[in-house]
Amino acid sequence: MNSAPEQAVSLDQHSALEMPELDVDILGRRNEIIRDLRALVPGEGVISETSEMRVYESDGLTAYRQLPFVVVLPETVEQVSAVLRYCHKTGLKVVPRGAGTSLSGGALPLGDGVLLGLAKFNRILDIDYANRTATVQPGVTNLAITKAVEGRGFYYAPDPSSQIACTIGGNVAENSGGVHCLKYGLTTNNILGLQLVLITGEIINIGGKHLDSDGYDLLGLLTGSEGLLGVITEVTVRILREPETARAMIIGFPSSEDAGACVGSIIGAGIIAGGMEMMDRPAIHAADEFAQAGYPLDVEALLIVELDGPEAEVTDLIGRVEEIADANNASNVQVSQNEPERQKFWAGRKAAFPAIGRISPDYYCMDGTIPRHQLPKVLARMRELSEKYGLGVANVFHAGDGNLHPLIMYDSNVPGELEAAEDFGADILRLCVEVGGVLTGEHGVGVEKRDLMPEMFSETDLDHQQRVKCAFDADGLLNPGKVFPTLHRCAELGRIHIHGGKIPFPDIPRF
Amino acid sequence: MEKLKPRDEADCLEIVKWAVADKKPLEIVSGGTKRGYGRPVEAAALADVSGLSGISLYEPEELVMTARPGTPLAEIEKTLHANNQELAFEPADYSKIYGKRGGSATLGGILAGNISGPRRIKAGAARDHFLGLRAVSGRGEIFKAGGRVVKNVTGYDLCKILCGSWGTLAILTEVTVKVLPAGQRILTVIVSGLSDSDATNAMAAAMGSSFEVSGAAYIPADVSIKSATDGAIAAIRVEGTGPSVSYRAAGLAEMLKPAGDCRIEKTGDSRAFWRSVRDAEFFTEHRDRPLWRVSVAPMSGPDVVATLRGQADIRAVYDWAGGLVWIEFSSEAGDDAGAGIVRDAVRPHGGHATLVRADDGVRRKTDIFHPQDAALAGVTSRLKDGFDPERILNPGRMYRTV
Repeated sequence: MNSAPEQAVSLDQHSALEMPELDVDILGRRNEIIRDLRALVPGEGVISETSEMRVYESDGLTAYRQLPFVVVLPETVEQVSAVLRYCHKTGLKVVPRGAGTSLSGGALPLGDGVLLGLAKFNRILDIDYANRTATVQPGVTNLAITKAVEGRGFYYAPDPSSQIACTIGGNVAENSGGVHCLKYGLTTNNILGLQLVLITGEIINIGGKHLDSDGYDLLGLLTGSEGLLGVITEVTVRILREPETARAMIIGFPSSEDAGACVGSIIGAGIIAGGMEMMDRPAIHAADEFAQAGYPLDVEALLIVELDGPEAEVTDLIGRVEEIADANNASNVQVSQNEPERQKFWAGRKAAFPAIGRISPDYYCMDGTIPRHQLPKVLARMRELSEKYGLGVANVFHAGDGNLHPLIMYDSNVPGELEAAEDFGADILRLCVEVGGVLTGEHGVGVEKRDLMPEMFSETDLDHQQRVKCAFDADGLLNPGKVFPTLHRCAELGRIHIHGGKIPFPDIPRF
Repeated sequence: MEKLKPRDEADCLEIVKWAVADKKPLEIVSGGTKRGYGRPVEAAALADVSGLSGISLYEPEELVMTARPGTPLAEIEKTLHANNQELAFEPADYSKIYGKRGGSATLGGILAGNISGPRRIKAGAARDHFLGLRAVSGRGEIFKAGGRVVKNVTGYDLCKILCGSWGTLAILTEVTVKVLPAGQRILTVIVSGLSDSDATNAMAAAMGSSFEVSGAAYIPADVSIKSATDGAIAAIRVEGTGPSVSYRAAGLAEMLKPAGDCRIEKTGDSRAFWRSVRDAEFFTEHRDRPLWRVSVAPMSGPDVVATLRGQADIRAVYDWAGGLVWIEFSSEAGDDAGAGIVRDAVRPHGGHATLVRADDGVRRKTDIFHPQDAALAGVTSRLKDGFDPERILNPGRMYRTV
């Protein structure tokens, strides 16, 4: 018991990733800290054995690993509050964790920080059909919310592909998306209330079953804040009635330009599809082989378009989309005739990641968003980069909202390939920013895209974001080393750099 | 008082730098339609940003528009209309509540107040459509946040916190919003003669159906409206393409028939009716009367109103399926414009109440926005410190010390 964990920051091959300096004083007090934490979270709630902590050493971004200082698994909001208050007083860092499915390293542990797992917060607290809300603890999985309400014909809209495992708390922290975002929004558009514990231990309630904020929109600010502002202990989500019908179409194109133009024309015609996904040739082949989805294999690009709503509307829209597809050189159109067929059309897309995993020893999933019309340019440049790095790439694309997921194929056993894949990925994200897009559409910044933040934001922009961090966590104890490439001290950020007293702006019109 | 009219972002920056250096609090206005909303700002100078006007990017197929914040909403809507698109959150124009002519609201003002209309319950609020911004913070620095794409989780979502901050954190200088196709046809199912709670149940049933309701309001019998004079009505709106709208309206009418008399109103009449709900036009006559905007869980609306009816002479209108209640007091509301009893009535349900209209004296003394507990007020105050440490941007508009 209480054996010191491996303190070498064993971030595998990633010596380049700099994490906050280990606090030697904290490391030296490990036994005492563990004893204090056990008093706050009795029973099985504190894990300190290396072998038992191993399972927490990485999240969905498995290339980065770090054994935590200690793992704490509280069961009540009072325990969360007590642990955070203790950490605040002690100067101990905290990394919150849900199911650990983050693809950006958001839950990567720190060698001198508490890994605070919320897995025991797994209860559904309230389902209110009349107000169309569900209040759940953060460790409830995304899919479990839908499962809990589907008997009455309701569902929770955001559906990240990890929905069977990922938790709603993690969804809030990352502002997770899914394939239905264009019509139904991301997490931020589908939650109504949060209970949050600040690093000081203070518990605050934001929102509830009502709409809109009474003051500053903390609900919106906290969603997607990647565990840097507080620890979520309760979430109230909006539930929706399932659409009357849903049908999917698969449409093949001789080029991705044609497929991209078709998406633009569909939206231009005023049609907002429930889902609109695109795959390129390598992704189509891998997915079809894996899932036998019945995709055409002689096309360069494939669109899956799902239309939902009343039967009459869906039938009408399918006819219009078929016409638009024809006008955009579609070579192949199939419309699902029943529910199993609709599921089959989606099965390939939903299995795209593991499908790539089967044809390549390793793959690296990227997540940028671009203005949709830039797609041909981005795909062409990606082909050039693929040649430059000597690595294959398959693309799946949330075409409706411009969210691109290039899957870079590599073999981590070949020296240099992981680094090449990472450099390739960084170049793709730079390209996304260059064409007017952003670094991450739904996976978060985490540690993965942290050092690329200056590609998108100036130092002043980032300082304005970091001051938000200061308002919640002035000592920088919550999830440090994530999101921001450089951590400034709050006192330094607070200074104001204006000296004046001069005659103001003679040119500005007065009235 | 000094009145300044910046022409561009550079002018805004100059003004803020001066204000910070000379400690001159600024009142920021654009169209000026909502100056009565919030606490009176005690400023040394007025900055009118309506000169920062014009649409700089509009790509209908990308569902995105970028404009300077002073751009009149009318101009935005006209441009969108030409492409069969709209701001789906249905921005409201509250001018008439304050006795002003409508039509001068600007996009920046709408976003600064996070003002959304009846479609809020289906399409989300203004904040849900606010994708990116440039602004000058109270530190005298230009910064940007967000982007021009819908799906973006890069860094903190500062658009959210600026939306609804009433100009207390930064002066917006450019905004990017998501736009959506407009419904070509509107039908409204009207159910007559329902009590407040029966109407709320009917609206809940409609919202819980798969008929994609885009508006649900209840006008009690004691509130007069121009477009309908048949006592209390619950109104349920559906929008979209032809056959679908007819089908959904008929389905709703069938479903709600057991609740009361149903009829279906056509597109033209529907538009006028929903505009009056959106702009709270039921409360434009007696401008000396305090007016509250209460947000609660939809099923709680009637309880809040019933509690208040037992204590005061009020008139109420429900929007958002019962979740948004407009409450007008008769002139004898007392020194606090009813704040005490309104917030007591809201408290057991959760939610918030904002005093939207009252005379300056009352607005100075009363909590206009819902009072926050100590922990939350601390966060609010520290956020203000981050953006505007010298308290020079609309100081006091939301809270006395913010």
